Amino acid sequence: MSSEEGSMTDTTETPAQDTPPQGAISDFGIDTTSQSTGEAVRDYWARVRGGELGSLPALLGLVVLLIVFSALSPTFFTLGNLANLLQQGASITIIAMGLVFVLLLGEIDLSAGTASGVTAAVMALHLINNGNLLGGMGDTVFYVFCGLLVLAIVLASIMKIWAGAALSAIALVIAAVGIPANAWLEMLLAVCVGAAIGSITGFLVAKVGIPSFVVTLALFLVWGGVVLQFIGDGGTLGLRDDTIFNVANGNLNFVGSWVLFVVAVGGYAAVVLTRHFSRLRRGLVAQPTSLVMAKIGALAVLAAVITYALSLNRAPSNLVVIEGVPYVVPLVLVLLVIGTFVLDRTSYGRHVYAVGGNKEAARRAGINVERIRMSVFVIASSAAAIGAIVYSSKVGSVDPNAGGGNTLLLSVGAAVIGGTSLFGGKGRLRDAVIGGAVLAIIQNGMGLLKQPAAVVFIVTGLVLLLAASVDALSRRRAATAAR
Amino acid sequence: MSEPILELRGINKSFGPVHVLHDIDLDVHPGEVTALVGDNGAGKSTLVKCIAGIHPTDSGEVLFNGEPVHIKGPRDAADLGIEVVYQDLALADNLDIVQNMFLGRERTKGGLLDETDMEQAARKTLASLSVRTVKSVRTQVSSLSGGQRQTVAIAKAVLWNSKVVLLDEPTAALGVAQTRQVLDLVRRLAEQGLGVVLISHNMNDVFEVADKIACLYLGRMAAVVGSKDVTHGQVVELITAGRSGDLGIARPEAATI
Repeated sequence: MSSEEGSMTDTTETPAQDTPPQGAISDFGIDTTSQSTGEAVRDYWARVRGGELGSLPALLGLVVLLIVFSALSPTFFTLGNLANLLQQGASITIIAMGLVFVLLLGEIDLSAGTASGVTAAVMALHLINNGNLLGGMGDTVFYVFCGLLVLAIVLASIMKIWAGAALSAIALVIAAVGIPANAWLEMLLAVCVGAAIGSITGFLVAKVGIPSFVVTLALFLVWGGVVLQFIGDGGTLGLRDDTIFNVANGNLNFVGSWVLFVVAVGGYAAVVLTRHFSRLRRGLVAQPTSLVMAKIGALAVLAAVITYALSLNRAPSNLVVIEGVPYVVPLVLVLLVIGTFVLDRTSYGRHVYAVGGNKEAARRAGINVERIRMSVFVIASSAAAIGAIVYSSKVGSVDPNAGGGNTLLLSVGAAVIGGTSLFGGKGRLRDAVIGGAVLAIIQNGMGLLKQPAAVVFIVTGLVLLLAASVDALSRRRAATAAR
Repeated sequence: MSEPILELRGINKSFGPVHVLHDIDLDVHPGEVTALVGDNGAGKSTLVKCIAGIHPTDSGEVLFNGEPVHIKGPRDAADLGIEVVYQDLALADNLDIVQNMFLGRERTKGGLLDETDMEQAARKTLASLSVRTVKSVRTQVSSLSGGQRQTVAIAKAVLWNSKVVLLDEPTAALGVAQTRQVLDLVRRLAEQGLGVVLISHNMNDVFEVADKIACLYLGRMAAVVGSKDVTHGQVVELITAGRSGDLGIARPEAATI
């Protein structure tokens, strides 16, 4: 946010003053001016050259992939497939959003995939047994399960992570009381179990001090075993419930789709403009109003086109009507907004970045580093549970391999491809969404091109490798630039 | 002369069998720069850490504004208005200047960060210290030079209406021009009425900014002298031998442990 050409004004409290007191506090003079569009663009370009790429490479990749697959496959760029794409990518994206918090600290959560499998299995057991988890799990397993929930409550309380403790307590109550099945209750249970799992992981990493790689590698195996125990070898738990089915497969109706459009664009505009004009009013450096307006306008047009397209009938046959924005879109949007808000606008988020950037500095600044480190695992596992709800809903059942396979690797991949640094301290929540979209397009597009699984795996892996190289190289560039 | 803001009386500190600080007395006056010099292992950093509350003292008294105080941790020291700028600057590279200056003490409004308020306050502080080398307060710390980082670290200490600032070798890793910036800043802190304690190995720096020089020798306060009353050579003798003419510890034997 700097430029040499801004006119200088007095820095303190009198931004409206146009006569520059030359040489006063000259070097901050530029901070008080509103930039011109050209300066803002040049400034952005300078930062990109300096190694702050953000999600730019992923966005470019996204565009390239869209063009390539549209050219190669006639079915790729159809409404039906694009809506399908959103639904396919949602679960990975949601798990990746949780992982961004962990990656911001330079830690890793390898157990997020199988942990999500555990939450899906608990959800399915509760639904199938009509709330009787004791019957569904058997005596021993049930008591161990409740014991672990109590442990999670205790651990979260020790570290004063009250949200984690409260969610674990809710899970314990739901499990112990045996309330009859209800789709919303099951989903709440899944998230609460996720928070409990995260409390245990986080405590082992933050307080006991085992490296997160080892803790989560061990728990990756443990939770994989737990899923198998819950479901039984070769079994499958079917989720026959309309509400759960609709999470990943349902759509908003026509009115709902446009209400979502108005709320999303209006909310974005309100937040951006309030902030913009508050900065202008207080004489702080701000982007040119025209550029801010252009951004909002571009987003509004894009959102309107997507909403319009998705509210058309996209059913392949005339027998059914499929229209409206899929439910997963508002779900991902809400999580994105809440998460971004927490990271950017609260002290907690600031502390997460600080601990990721320099743990010692954070400690000396009086930040409770252990608490921050534990809390991100609670967030990651809770988000993994929401991801589990979405993918179980998409498949309609939970099998012993739920959350196994490459669920986790794709989620980490999504965050990294989007621009989150594996070295910690750098990354935003929208990275996960962009990266998730890239991976979903690759998987979907390669499938349409009838490529064998082998090729899909190799291409996905290479894209991840490319993203990690971009991260490492841009870091090196940032380290050498501007010194 | 004004009343001292911080007084140390008979501070002792041992790490196990090693007696690191022997009956240290030191007065820090507002508006003065007190240089703390001494050879490696003389106990300079330990003394600073005792004042900052990182190490508890074994015996002795600390008076702040004439009142006896008990500093049990870094928080207590910060609450009194004692700030420490450490040798390895405690800044997070991935945050910008404002974010670093308010780290751990963010200003919030309705539970949300009040960015505009913090930005204005940070700018005011930097402006009051006449920091001219930073282009924008929203610059990421990773893109600052060593001198600029040190400047930000010092400004961070000033932001909290602190009364005493302890600087642990602020110029150790800096080039000539950057050292200049930091020394100017140290001088300006004193002009604003703060008590400044500067640890340094560099005699030129010490003579340039310090009003008083406190020489530690093997954990004892060899002498506290006005910087105008002594020569370069005398201070070096005080550092290396604990005495210089009639200055310093009377009999060298007394200083041996």
